[in-house]
Amino acid sequence: MSAYDIVLKSREKGRPTAAKYIKNIVEDFLELHGDRRYADDRAIIGGIGYVAGRPVTVLGIEKGEDTNDKIAHNFGCAHPEGYRKAVRLMKEAEKFHRPVLCFVDTSGAYCGIGAEERGQSEAIANSILEMIRLKTPALSVIIGEGGSGGALGLCAADEVWITETSTYSVISPEGCASILWKDSGKVAEAAERLHLTAQELLKLGAVERVIEEKGFSTEFYEGLKADIAAFFAKKCTESGDELIAARYARFRKF
Amino acid sequence: MSFNFNDIKKLFIRKPKNTLEGTENSEQPTNDSEAAHIPDKLAEKCEKCGQIVLSAEMEENFNVCPKCGHYKKMTARARIGMCAENFSELFADVEGKDILDFPGYAEKIAALREKTGEKEGVVCGTGEIGGVQCAIFSMDYRFLMGSMGHAVGEKIARTFEYATEHKLPVVGFVLSGGARMQEGIVSLMQMAKTSAAVAKHGEAGLLYVAVLTDPTTGGVSASFAFDADIILAEKGALIGFAGPRVIEQTIRQKLPEGFQRAELLQEKGFVDRICERKDMKETLAAILKLHCAEVSE
Ligand SMILES: [Zn+2]
Repeated sequence: MSAYDIVLKSREKGRPTAAKYIKNIVEDFLELHGDRRYADDRAIIGGIGYVAGRPVTVLGIEKGEDTNDKIAHNFGCAHPEGYRKAVRLMKEAEKFHRPVLCFVDTSGAYCGIGAEERGQSEAIANSILEMIRLKTPALSVIIGEGGSGGALGLCAADEVWITETSTYSVISPEGCASILWKDSGKVAEAAERLHLTAQELLKLGAVERVIEEKGFSTEFYEGLKADIAAFFAKKCTESGDELIAARYARFRKF
Repeated sequence: MSFNFNDIKKLFIRKPKNTLEGTENSEQPTNDSEAAHIPDKLAEKCEKCGQIVLSAEMEENFNVCPKCGHYKKMTARARIGMCAENFSELFADVEGKDILDFPGYAEKIAALREKTGEKEGVVCGTGEIGGVQCAIFSMDYRFLMGSMGHAVGEKIARTFEYATEHKLPVVGFVLSGGARMQEGIVSLMQMAKTSAAVAKHGEAGLLYVAVLTDPTTGGVSASFAFDADIILAEKGALIGFAGPRVIEQTIRQKLPEGFQRAELLQEKGFVDRICERKDMKETLAAILKLHCAEVSE
């Protein structure tokens, strides 16, 4: 598959969204709403539950399934309130020593008047800053599109995993082609040049693990769940300071 | 000034208006018919009002157009020079890498180095502001509008690490159009890398003051720009996550006047204080002074 084929696949209709992952991996999920500042942003869902019996805090950038659902979740494009809710729930996880699990799938943070006026930059900056110094383990799994700063806001984790037909990029290939080359016909080339596919990201060290999708079968979710449980079992033995030091080194290498 | 602009102008050969360099735009006043062709370093044309201004006068006025009040963009070093004394550069050798072998990128960087005399889009070091020793970084618009790739992120992260080690406050002059897309994911990772270094500096109880200048957008605005303890913004600066054109395309409507400008951000609660360029040095000095004041009972 070419890079651009993977881009299309990462956005494909019917692809499982964060809610589906949570349903299949997190037991007894209890959704918690709101940023306690302004609103509840449905583009980022969050809550508590168990992974293989271990209490966790879960966050997911949710694109929605059918048309109404997509509208309700703003197509997975979060406003500042989404990132503020994420930080609130991460800090809560830290307080109660439970790991944070994020499912990331967004074309990017929302661009609009309200988002700007309520501090989109500040919200994302703060989410990165708080996540990177979290004293509890954090794992992010990119399950579709990892769109720029809006994705990074939930990817300042101990490790970042990605499913095999997902992408993670500083800019969409469309944006790159039009800004850099003023030629929307060069989208496929931009996708290639940006090295945004799972395998390329692994080579660059931007992700630690590429997960086989196995047609999003039961086997796929069971395998991913076991890997997540094993990861948390290992990371939960580390102190807060050790986690922060390792996270610092993870990003410092770039 | 001790001499009049009209007197100086007579010294130069008049040329028809259409040979003037610079961007012609509809906002340009019609009364500049006597505009002369003037050698580069003596006079310049304001990019906003289009009027000819003596360079010496422009500089004396803190690079603010004396005719219309427009803030001319300043190079990284000019900005440091305006606010700091005894500047000593650090990390000057850090260079970017064309890690993705991106078409045309290496050539572009080489040409910019040649043109600007800078290796990358940020200048870092130590200096004194109002007598207080601090670490300083200053971003340069001439280098792909201060976009952040490996070298920019690395120099900024090192500045915070150096400041943490030497217990210094950091003053950062921020200017950036966002991420350096030619470096792909490595560019995005700079946001996390710089944020981590800022966090460590902050945890050591040290002060970080950011001065947001025109423009501060994208990945830089969504990382270290908004991580500061005190955020000053230069009058009129464009500050935002997405660029105005991207927003207009997304929402399919015109943006209101003053949207994403420093004044609106102060009103909405996201910057501590708007600062005029002429007051920048004094304001920074006052902030730094308060943070190192020792109270005798
Ligand atoms: Zn002017």
